[in-house]
Amino acid sequence: MDQVAAPVLVDQATHTITLTINKIPYELKIQPWVTLLDAIREYVQLTGTKKGCDQGQCGACTVLVNGKRINSCLTLAVMKDGADITTIEGVAEDGILHPLQQAFIDHDAFQCGYCTPGQICSAIGLLNEGKARTKEDIQELMSGNLCRCGAYTNIVAAVQQVKDKL
Amino acid sequence: MNNETSYIGQPVNRVDGYAKVTGDAKYAADYNAGGLCYGVVVSAGIARGRIVRIDASAALQLEGVFQVFTHENVSGLAWFNMSYKDMDAPPGKHFRYLQTDMVTYSQQPVALVVAETFELARYAATLVNITYAADAHTTSLTGNLDKARPPKGKKTGFKKPANRGHFEKAFKAAQVTTDVTYYQGAEHHNPMEMHATTVLYYKNGSITVYDKTQGVLNTQSYVKSVFGLSGKKVKVLSPFVGGAFGSALRPQYQLFMAVLAALELKRSVKVMLTRQQMFSFGFRPITQQSLSLGALEDGSLQAISHKAISGTSQFEDYVENIVNWSGMLYHCKNVQQDYKLVSLDTYTPLDMRAPGAVTGVFGLECAMDELAYKLHMDPLELRRINYSVEDGSMKKPYSSKALMDCYEQAAARFGWSKRNPRPGSMKNGHLLTGWGMATGMWDAMTVPARAKATFTADGKLTVGSATADIGTGTYTIMTQIAAETLGLPIDHVTFQLGDASLPFAYLEGGSATAASVGTAVQQACLQIRERLLSLAKDIPDSPFRELSIEQITFADGKMYMSETPANFIHLKDILTLTATDAVNVTSTPLPNIFKQMKYAKNTHSAVFVEVQVDEELGSVKVSRVVSAVAAGRILNPKTARSQIVGGIVWGISGALYEESVMDHQFGRFINHNYAEYHIPVNLDINDIEVIFVEENDDVVNPLGVKGVGEIGQVGVAAAVANAIYHATGKRIRDLPITLDKLL
Ligand code: FES
Ligand code: FES
Repeated sequence: MDQVAAPVLVDQATHTITLTINKIPYELKIQPWVTLLDAIREYVQLTGTKKGCDQGQCGACTVLVNGKRINSCLTLAVMKDGADITTIEGVAEDGILHPLQQAFIDHDAFQCGYCTPGQICSAIGLLNEGKARTKEDIQELMSGNLCRCGAYTNIVAAVQQVKDKL
Repeated sequence: MNNETSYIGQPVNRVDGYAKVTGDAKYAADYNAGGLCYGVVVSAGIARGRIVRIDASAALQLEGVFQVFTHENVSGLAWFNMSYKDMDAPPGKHFRYLQTDMVTYSQQPVALVVAETFELARYAATLVNITYAADAHTTSLTGNLDKARPPKGKKTGFKKPANRGHFEKAFKAAQVTTDVTYYQGAEHHNPMEMHATTVLYYKNGSITVYDKTQGVLNTQSYVKSVFGLSGKKVKVLSPFVGGAFGSALRPQYQLFMAVLAALELKRSVKVMLTRQQMFSFGFRPITQQSLSLGALEDGSLQAISHKAISGTSQFEDYVENIVNWSGMLYHCKNVQQDYKLVSLDTYTPLDMRAPGAVTGVFGLECAMDELAYKLHMDPLELRRINYSVEDGSMKKPYSSKALMDCYEQAAARFGWSKRNPRPGSMKNGHLLTGWGMATGMWDAMTVPARAKATFTADGKLTVGSATADIGTGTYTIMTQIAAETLGLPIDHVTFQLGDASLPFAYLEGGSATAASVGTAVQQACLQIRERLLSLAKDIPDSPFRELSIEQITFADGKMYMSETPANFIHLKDILTLTATDAVNVTSTPLPNIFKQMKYAKNTHSAVFVEVQVDEELGSVKVSRVVSAVAAGRILNPKTARSQIVGGIVWGISGALYEESVMDHQFGRFINHNYAEYHIPVNLDINDIEVIFVEENDDVVNPLGVKGVGEIGQVGVAAAVANAIYHATGKRIRDLPITLDKLL
């Protein structure tokens, strides 16, 4: 097998980018192969966003980029230079919970809580999209976010409650 | 006296809810420290053989790669097998990571690459070049049934299968019989949080370990004994666990790897497994089971035989109670049971949500449905006829058993009486609707647990125990118990867990935590009550001087004279007036073993399921589930319901989706990711209704609690399979029931 044995020239590969996360701009010197998820968790050290697979299969890493929900593990940080990002830490404003956060608590829409940041960001994205009309729409459009604890029925109830009040 | 501080039995929101919806809740991989480096594990590419050469030079040349740990450079660890034993270890020779050139199972961790960044470690791991000498491996259970043998040694909680009466004779004499074999493949727990450990290293050589675990004390004792460290040097914390379902009952190898690297490199290290590597340790064992039931024409069971053969590893004998339920659930005089193992070249299986029962009750409850059809009898009626008021295997009455109420309430709610038993009778276009039911059963266990409590002069109570909350609601229910027992507003109470310096608690598992830690918490708070009363007696002119604790009520942050509630004192004033800073107690409840020994202690459920099967596509949708559960006193109907619903989702998943598929050519689980290992998504889960039937039990523990973590899942897969039969007339006897099996 042919293998690269030469040291990686770390400095050459480093890019300087700016990510605005939860309204705060962060300047990062980062290599191009760092995912947005790892940039947020390990470089900016906002660990609310979770890694559940690192390959786009679970939705635990969902964040909002310019208002749209994406799997941050499938995105390289350098691709989002200049983007406006919201993570779970930025969903509540001035210590007041977003209605979805409160609804998740009231409906017990989680158990271990590991999928929850992704579920909430995904649900905000879903409401922004304005496509979901029925309960089945919510189920379908939330199906990119796995919950191994099986809190789905409560998640749907929480999202529906907030959607109906909009 | 308003008594606004009664919380037990109330649907209190999770006390850790705020932390979980804001991202404040920190899991094992969420910790960081200056100079933190990252470890990535290299997994073996063969299932059996030897490592001939391991070349890490290319990886080590990269700037920023600190070390590549392999069996060639790891030494000085514990010698004795005992040192590698953990609280949930089955008997055998426990696996030692990175200490041998032998490969014993596919994906065995064979190297750890540690580097400055995660990306670099991940890249460097691809450069580790390993040459293997592969041996032939054995991974098929069904191909090796002739090698089945009785299990060696014992494991906590394992009950030896027992025979009673004369099965053969009774089976021959039975008027109606059924004789069937069921198969199910391996399942991996796959909690959403991949196993991770972050070790913070301090200059004095001590470490703080943030581990994903169902028992911080298990983690601590493993680290101490394997690495020869004193308890003082190893702090273990695990405040939040992103699901586990049994996967974190044993210390998994990311713990070993992170501690090894931290101690060797004298740096803080984080190791998180990949989703693929979540398929490289324990799992629900591959099992084949046969059931023979014999009954008279009136439906009364005369003979039951339940035999199971499961896979285990080459080095440990994992055992679980698969066949035992058949000797307990129904009244029957002649029972034969057998349980054997086949050693395979896999890692050792591991307790996974309702271990044993999920498998064995699936077999039993499907066989009961098959028998009901042979008898031309309603499946629910067959269960009623054979209802047992005692555990026939131990000849002991149940401490409580409200299963008949479960049957009645769930059947009524579901509309079971309207069922036409004929398969395929509910057809609408190409959609076939089917209704099935099953019984569930699990243990009501109590395990050792202690708790400490501190009440301070600011009126706040802190209670703690080294238990875990893996999503089960431990934080919340313990806070409720403590607040109600001492009569404090719930926001004045803090419950601490997941810290090895707290008083002893056994592993969180088996649905035993609410009962065990709950009793310890209650007792600690009762001790605080006593102490507060005796302090109150020291206050000059104290009106409480002549009173005993039975004459006092604690509520609303006050201590009242029960007879004349106008006489009260604020609890915090007791401390202020007696110049006391804090009242501290530690409780060690001892269960009343003599009373408990006389009874069988179990939870039960009745589950009814509606499926819709697309005749042309073979796809199955579980459109409706009603489950009635008898689990003693329910501490918090909101979180308990979530537990049951979660269990039902797991049951549906086991019936229709989950299987770790073994590729025997490579001896490897090949669908090792979330795209190919299917678990339900949101759209797969529809109406689920949970009924908690009333069940009073003063034997199990003073709280009357039996636990709800497992019972929700038991029986569900059978109810789904039975509903599919009702819809289609097809008996599918191997799980999961994927569409190819229905076409
Ligand atoms: S971590 Fe990104 S989808 Fe799973
Ligand atoms: S709450 Fe545990 S995975 Fe969703």
